[in-house]
Amino acid sequence: MKRFTTLNSRSIPLPIENIDTDQIIPARFLKATIREGFGENLFRDWRFENDDHPKKDFVLNDPTYSGQILVAGRNFGCGSSREHAAWAILDYGFQAVVSSFFADIFKGNALNNGLLPVEISEYLLQKLFQTIKQDPRVLIQIDLEKQIIAIEGYQEKFDIHPYKKTCLINGYDDLDFLINLKDEIGRFEKDTSSFKPFTY
Amino acid sequence: MPKRFARKMRKTLFDKVWGAHVVKIIEGGTAVLYIDKHYIHEVTSPQAFAESEKRGLPILRPQQIVATADHNVPTQNQHLPIADPLSRKQVEALSENCQKHGITLYGLGHKYQGIVHVIGPELGLTLPGMTIVCGDSHTSTHGAFGAIAFGIGTSQVAMVMASQCLLQIKPKQMRIYVDGFLKKGVTPKDVILYIISKLGTDRGTGYFVEYAGPVFEQMSMEGRMTVCNMSIELGARGGIIAPDEITFRYVEGKNFAPKDADFEKAVTYWCGLKTDQDAHFDAEHRFDAVDIAPMITYGTNPGMGIKISEKIPTGESNDQGLLNKSLNYMGLKAGESLIGKPINHVFIGSCTNSRIEDLRLVAEVVKGRKKANQVRAMIVPGSQQVAQQAQKEGLDEILKIAGFELRQAGCSACIGMNEDKIPAGEYCVSTSNRNFEGRQGPGARTFLASPLVAAITAIEGKIVDIDKYLEETTILN
Ligand code: SF4
Repeated sequence: MKRFTTLNSRSIPLPIENIDTDQIIPARFLKATIREGFGENLFRDWRFENDDHPKKDFVLNDPTYSGQILVAGRNFGCGSSREHAAWAILDYGFQAVVSSFFADIFKGNALNNGLLPVEISEYLLQKLFQTIKQDPRVLIQIDLEKQIIAIEGYQEKFDIHPYKKTCLINGYDDLDFLINLKDEIGRFEKDTSSFKPFTY
Repeated sequence: MPKRFARKMRKTLFDKVWGAHVVKIIEGGTAVLYIDKHYIHEVTSPQAFAESEKRGLPILRPQQIVATADHNVPTQNQHLPIADPLSRKQVEALSENCQKHGITLYGLGHKYQGIVHVIGPELGLTLPGMTIVCGDSHTSTHGAFGAIAFGIGTSQVAMVMASQCLLQIKPKQMRIYVDGFLKKGVTPKDVILYIISKLGTDRGTGYFVEYAGPVFEQMSMEGRMTVCNMSIELGARGGIIAPDEITFRYVEGKNFAPKDADFEKAVTYWCGLKTDQDAHFDAEHRFDAVDIAPMITYGTNPGMGIKISEKIPTGESNDQGLLNKSLNYMGLKAGESLIGKPINHVFIGSCTNSRIEDLRLVAEVVKGRKKANQVRAMIVPGSQQVAQQAQKEGLDEILKIAGFELRQAGCSACIGMNEDKIPAGEYCVSTSNRNFEGRQGPGARTFLASPLVAAITAIEGKIVDIDKYLEETTILN
């Protein structure tokens, strides 16, 4: 997994609430057997017409905005558990998603892939939308170590689980951790087999 | 023990199952949670197999994994090779991976093949007290048995493959209590659509939900599965219902369920899986069955639901933008009634409503009737076994005579990954669980409802007021 420490970047605003993973990456693009290449179809049906022409009014097609931070409305990533949503966002070039609320599974998937979900207050989120609209070149700073997000002198602390934070900063994941527990897991299986009256 | 401590020890059903699966607690209170059963399917597993291989990790307990092909499969001519090359490749990759690692696969053509959340329970693979995961959000379905079951991402699929464990923060707990008796025409699907319409699609985020109260106690296992299935549409990771006589009777005799003395022993253990009186919940909600009526959604998230006889709300000022965007997509207006709306597509299927009771209900409604001319009515059984049972009971003939297309098992138009899609701009009354933009095909417009509502819509060719309809016709009498 890629390491994440700090980020100082412009951003792309998507002030829509309840963006579900079917919008992030529609199901018909989930047929690949590798992780790469999903960025091409990120927000496919919002981004392109049926004839594959870019929709002019969609923000990813608007050259005014660019950056590695996606700023989106509350309850981002709800719906299907497809990790392809996190892969698509990363593959497109984003490193962080900022919202006032994330759906559970998406948040976990993002963290497992080195995409940082930054959960901020609704107040700051609205402020970000306004500020970015007024000046699309404005920079947002994210400092994972200090758990701070800042824009134009205003800053807010964000929460992240301490274990997940360590993982991101060091670029390792749960899998690395779990495979070292083999003996303990084996022991657990032995100990519990007696109280479970059947074999699972 | 002093009284004030005694209270603290009271446990919920969830606490009990969770507690029995914690291998250890690490930094920040995170649990290493042991997983009993791991279901996999073709869409969310290939990258997990690839990751394990890349890191040189063997599959720790292949015998605890069961695979099926469901999302991508055609629902017609399943004996022929899959026409879409990408789908075919994905399904083939699943077969190869399963073969290589000694994982049981109920693939295309197998008599047990079907939607993963339909086959697990019907084969007796899903049992009370288990922890169950799958790279699919509707894994919540299996909570109907008193199991902790939840959807995971592909990275986590790789973790369970390698270690049979996951790192999990214990979720908060919510209890949803529904009192009373359901009225005629009100199905489990209406109960869950009603709850979601009242609480919204993110109220459950961070929670596991226990459904309790007379309505669930009286419900069949298949009804309970329908309810737990849509816990994720409430934002919750999963739902859970205490196992009882109804559960045990359902499980008994299923292919892989424990037998004889083992079964008796299991039941003794399962009987203890109940929430203690006065156990603590972080949130509680109460509803009354008399307030629940046949439901339908009008928008583009499952929380945008109304009683079928109600008008589309005009919305509060703060969510006007979202409502307008949704209604615009759906081609509807605030304040409008859906009664009389012409419908061209009806889809009966998905892991929410594709079990034998659903098919029986539909057959009962359409028996001796015909679908409206302009309607295309697809009915897709959740599994080969459901299809076979339907045939045994003669339901297939009833459906055929009524003009329904009875297809083969798979996810089908719930997700539109195969050919079963709803054309852009057209309306579909669907028994599935998601009405997101484009879910049933680009531009498709979905109304979520129960199998009863879907069947009646197919016959009438339009949305009707179900309560009135049941009064005026002999249906369900
Ligand atoms: S039927 Fe639909 S919701 Fe259920 S597993 Fe298949 S695609 Fe997912």
